[in-house]
Amino acid sequence: MKILVCISHVPDTTSKINFIEGDTKFDSNGVQFVINPYDEFALTRAMWFKEKQGATVTVINVGNAVTEPTLRKALAIGADDAIRVNAEATDGFFVAKQLAEVVKNGDYDIILAGKESIDYNGGMVPSMLAAILDYNFVNACVGLDVEDNSATIQREIDGGKKTLTANLPLIIGGQKGLVEEKDLRIPNMRGIMMARKKPLTVVEAVDFEATTVSASFEKPVQKGACKMVDADNLDELISLLHNEAKVI
Amino acid sequence: MSVLVYAESSEGKFKKVALEATSYGKKVAEQLGTNLVVLTINVDDTSALNAYGTEKIISVQNDALQNLNSKIVADIINQVAKKENSEVIIIDSSTNGISLAPMVAVYLNAGYASNVMAAPSNTNPFTVKRKAFSSKAFNHTEIKTQVKVIGLAKNSFGLVVNETNATTEKFSPSLLESSIAVASIDKTVGKVTISDADIVVSGGRGLKGPENWGMVEELAEVLGAATACSKPVSDLGWRPHSEHVGQTGKPVSSNLYIALGISGAIQHLAGVNSSKVKVVVNTDAEAPFFKAADYGVVGDAFEVVPKLIEKLKKFKSSNA
Ligand SMILES: Cc1cc2nc3c(=O)[nH]c(=O)nc-3n(C[C@H](O)[C@H](O)[C@H](O)COP(=O)(O)OP(=O)(O)OC[C@H]3O[C@@H](n4cnc5c(N)ncnc54)[C@H](O)[C@@H]3O)c2cc1C
Ligand SMILES: Nc1ncnc2c1ncn2[C@@H]1O[C@H](COP(=O)(O)O)[C@@H](O)[C@H]1O
Repeated sequence: MKILVCISHVPDTTSKINFIEGDTKFDSNGVQFVINPYDEFALTRAMWFKEKQGATVTVINVGNAVTEPTLRKALAIGADDAIRVNAEATDGFFVAKQLAEVVKNGDYDIILAGKESIDYNGGMVPSMLAAILDYNFVNACVGLDVEDNSATIQREIDGGKKTLTANLPLIIGGQKGLVEEKDLRIPNMRGIMMARKKPLTVVEAVDFEATTVSASFEKPVQKGACKMVDADNLDELISLLHNEAKVI
Repeated sequence: MSVLVYAESSEGKFKKVALEATSYGKKVAEQLGTNLVVLTINVDDTSALNAYGTEKIISVQNDALQNLNSKIVADIINQVAKKENSEVIIIDSSTNGISLAPMVAVYLNAGYASNVMAAPSNTNPFTVKRKAFSSKAFNHTEIKTQVKVIGLAKNSFGLVVNETNATTEKFSPSLLESSIAVASIDKTVGKVTISDADIVVSGGRGLKGPENWGMVEELAEVLGAATACSKPVSDLGWRPHSEHVGQTGKPVSSNLYIALGISGAIQHLAGVNSSKVKVVVNTDAEAPFFKAADYGVVGDAFEVVPKLIEKLKKFKSSNA
């Protein structure tokens, strides 16, 4: 079984979000970048397939050289090799096209991605990839098992869960539940040493004109102060919610 | 030319997000000086769409579409968009919507913007405002392609009444093959889901243990709300994962979010910030959540919540 895990390189969840150059660019100054949290669940599930079912695990990122430490971290967690498609990841459609090229030539059985990147929250790459390649696709995946050529998948739906079966190859948009939080792995010293020697291949991007362009950013307006209500005067809270906020 | 909305339904009824997408579609159609076409699948009574500006309804009825498979539905939208010469296609942010909208974009070779929260600020270049960085910022995105796909964020545009007399046309699409099969569906009935809810009541580690969630559920029931929780609460197994909200859980964009015993960590706030009104109950007056909230009560949830439930019951019965 060959698994490809798509890794998005995103600002750590505690990062201060600021913009520069007239609010047109994200200010990465002092920001720590990490593996997108949803992709960590996918990667950990991939490690399980590697250890229990002998899968090989490749990680991939579409990005410029600054993303390499993130790929190395994935190698340190246990992936076998890494691919970086050398291009700025501007638009989700562009990223999906680049990934599709690699997948076409790679013969992967399962492509694991996260349900969204926590930076632009696009939530578009895995399903676009599936549409480009006409592969089976399950989003919001909270459980995945594979036997021979078929997979059993749990998908979260509004108000419950669906169990599906699908043939490989298969693309997954994953989230917590794919593995438990406590099973997520942090790279250890040995992993980090080994990662240095694992192959990281850089491939050039194929031409594809971006379909969207980020024009500018804006921060939410500062909110007014919180109105405090005395714990012994909850009637006032109800009255505020009813008459002022008009939400009950 | 036209603007096309896919109005999602469940058991033959439109979801609120579908009507919101229709309202939004009408606005975009006006901006572009064109008509609004709405596609429905397996809905017998489509009259609800008339209130929100629909000019033409394309109605698909097919029993094979009981279990909306994203790929097949995306392809039906693709067929209708081509037939109706649609320039903008609008899809809501339901679980199905976010899976199928990117596919529609690929089929139509269209630029796609998700999490859109307002009518286009400009139609040439076509520019929309989107949530980004888990609502810690907004991005103005230009869609460059001739055909555009928009994923509309929930509770962002609202319902805008605009009475019309829509014509209805039946359509029999060709259906793609899919080797994905549904083995079983496990759905709690009669419970409001976080994604559908107008009000969400959420509990954090301050509530001490799973045995104390009775009052959270009762408060939710009085308000017709969904229940949610902070990440540690679901990690500890006090509540199911599906209730975990925040940056790495479900996003909440309800009208009212009530946080009980939640400190207001940056990752929690990132996922709930786009709720319109936030109420916090916390023993610690210094809890960061008070800075992000609209109304705050410094107090012990175990005392405040039962009292609040009693008072709300009285309020509801006198306002019924
Ligand atoms: C990568 C990453 C992603 C994360 N993603 C998320 C996410 O998506 N969602 C999320 O929620 N968290 C997330 N977190 C965790 C987040 O940082 C916080 O740890 C978490 O939100 C804290 O949960 P809490 O407020 O329930 O608990 P605590 O921080 O322990 O707060 C409990 C609060 O309850 C109050 N309290 C105590 N007793 C009472 C009482 N009797 N009555 C009223 N109040 C009381 C306390 O004063 C305190 O403020 C993430 C963290 C990381 C590192
Ligand atoms: N630049 C990228 N390189 C590799 N994978 C990506 C990239 N961007 C997004 N992905 C994958 O697609 C998922 C969804 O991302 P997005 O569509 O950007 O919200 C992520 O969780 C990743 O698995």
